Amino acid sequence: MSPSLETATHPENLRRVAIDPVSRVEGHGKVTILLDEDNKVHQVRLHIVEFRGFEKFIQGRPYWEVPVMVQRLCGICPVSHHLAASKALDAIVGANHLTPTAEKMRRLMHYGQILQSHALHFFHLSSPDLLFGFDSEVSKRNIVGVAEIHPDTARRGVLLRKFGQEVIRHTAGKRIHGTGAVPGGVNKSLSIAERDELLKDIYQIVSWSRDAVHLIKQMHHQNPELYNSFGAFRANFMSMVGLDGGLDLYHGHLRGRDDSGNIMFDGVDYQNYTQLIAEEVKNWSYMKFPYLKSLGPEKGWYRVGPMSRIQNCDFISTPLAEVERRDFIAYSGVMPMHAPLGYHWARMIEMLHAAEMIKDLLHDTDITGSELMASGERGSEGVGVIEAPRGTLIHHYRVDENDLVTMCNLIVSTTHNNQAMNEAVRRVAQQYLHGHEITEGLLNHIEVAVRAFDPCLSCATHALGKMPLEVEVVNDAGERLSGLSRSSDGSVCHLN
Amino acid sequence: MVAPVLLFAIGNESRGDDALGPLLLRELNAYLVESGLSGQVELLEEYQLQIEHAIDMQERELVLFIDAGMDTEAPFTFSTAKANDVPMLYSHALAPEALLKVYTQLYQEKPPAVFILCIRGERFELGEGLSPQAEEHLELALAFSKKLLMNAEVDTWNGLLN
Repeated sequence: MSPSLETATHPENLRRVAIDPVSRVEGHGKVTILLDEDNKVHQVRLHIVEFRGFEKFIQGRPYWEVPVMVQRLCGICPVSHHLAASKALDAIVGANHLTPTAEKMRRLMHYGQILQSHALHFFHLSSPDLLFGFDSEVSKRNIVGVAEIHPDTARRGVLLRKFGQEVIRHTAGKRIHGTGAVPGGVNKSLSIAERDELLKDIYQIVSWSRDAVHLIKQMHHQNPELYNSFGAFRANFMSMVGLDGGLDLYHGHLRGRDDSGNIMFDGVDYQNYTQLIAEEVKNWSYMKFPYLKSLGPEKGWYRVGPMSRIQNCDFISTPLAEVERRDFIAYSGVMPMHAPLGYHWARMIEMLHAAEMIKDLLHDTDITGSELMASGERGSEGVGVIEAPRGTLIHHYRVDENDLVTMCNLIVSTTHNNQAMNEAVRRVAQQYLHGHEITEGLLNHIEVAVRAFDPCLSCATHALGKMPLEVEVVNDAGERLSGLSRSSDGSVCHLN
Repeated sequence: MVAPVLLFAIGNESRGDDALGPLLLRELNAYLVESGLSGQVELLEEYQLQIEHAIDMQERELVLFIDAGMDTEAPFTFSTAKANDVPMLYSHALAPEALLKVYTQLYQEKPPAVFILCIRGERFELGEGLSPQAEEHLELALAFSKKLLMNAEVDTWNGLLN
């Protein structure tokens, strides 16, 4: 699995194509492609301008503020940070076992987040590519275009999102800046009225989620040549699985498999993640490259996220999602699915699982219980891991005797997938950019590969006009030969 | 009963001038309580605009989105938003115009009148406070917003457009 196309032998003689930033990916990303005179690809790199100010932002703060503060790291998955931080800080207050109500409320919040995040990604960010084609008319390749041609699909996307947000609101206490999870437990349970409000809609949500799985499964079956090969590369994969080996997005231990699906490690306590994982720095990227220490950086990189989780677990506890998991595994055959578009299918299976879990939790009497907090012997260090929508999320804190955070380390899902996303981009460049002039449709193929991972680049800033997209072809002297610019209002113009 | 006016602030308070929207909303909340207008106006705040926020617009007469802008003319701009087909390709967030289109598709009806108050910001890094310029812009935007709320009618707001 030694990365090819990472570094060209003679880059000084090559043309450079830059895509900056990758559209419909949160934050800033840039793809650079070095081509020779015959448009043959020699080097492809995905540069992600990851913000690394997390630790400074958190250090020196009282630990009990952290679960609320970390939600401001990311406007896309604040609940994931909220829960991972709370899990890590449970150790500080000695809460080794939460009350049943606390654990189930946190799970309910988490499944609400999974549901709304996966719905947004599939219906809003990816369905335009999947329904219209990767090089279809750019003016229609968006959610507005989907709404015109497939109004029911677009409508369901909106309502699934809304339901997930309502679950978060009722469990976290607010639409944003929620305080539901606290070190040692939660500060509220569901009222009967809140539970009944969610129960009214949950059966429809389960049904729509199942339909979404069937929609993406049908796409795979209708066009296996594309879906099985687009950007495909072999990789190790890792995720947390439940203590019983089943899919568990909230708690468990770490398991990893090699690219043939064989288990490499299992039952690893995530408190010891530093013994398992190291991070490599490369001089051309701001984002680190995590790898398994036992295999080293060349062979030890891995994939995380829905496609890893669905193929890493032994079963799914909810019946409808388990049927779909089996279909997914059967479709893949003896070898694991490695094609990035498989992420979409796996993501929808997880959305169905989340909907079923929400249904089950709403019928559980513990969810309206009153025992919210646990405590024990105070600790000074804790690690919290959850399977966030995009993959494994690690929060690690040390706290001093004055209750202030002295050390914070976060490894977010997108960082785990750094090498894997680079590999996907290289495969697509090899498959689709050889001998072709650069067009918007071709560049979108690159972006489709990146979007399959649903990367979130930790950018919660939403300022109007902040995200232009530029594509440039420059020669070895740095002179721009041609270029395309897509402004924040969606218009495209040629650069002189 | 849905309040006829919705003020919807977008921004992250921990990212410098991106806090302009939420901070203005907080000031306006106090003003609405003082002036007895609370029942007429609902205040919502989010990090980013998303497709489900079309639902929050239903049954409103007036919607005002309040956001920070990097290239906005100082101290702020006040404009109207119309549903359009302009694709928003860039992130997990939507523009008000695209949200209006989602609304139209969702409800098959004319959306409410939507306006945008965009306050110029200068810096947007995590952990930063408001820039001095943004503080000035916030003061001016607050005075302007109060004027809007005193006359919360479409025609009046149209008369105040830049």
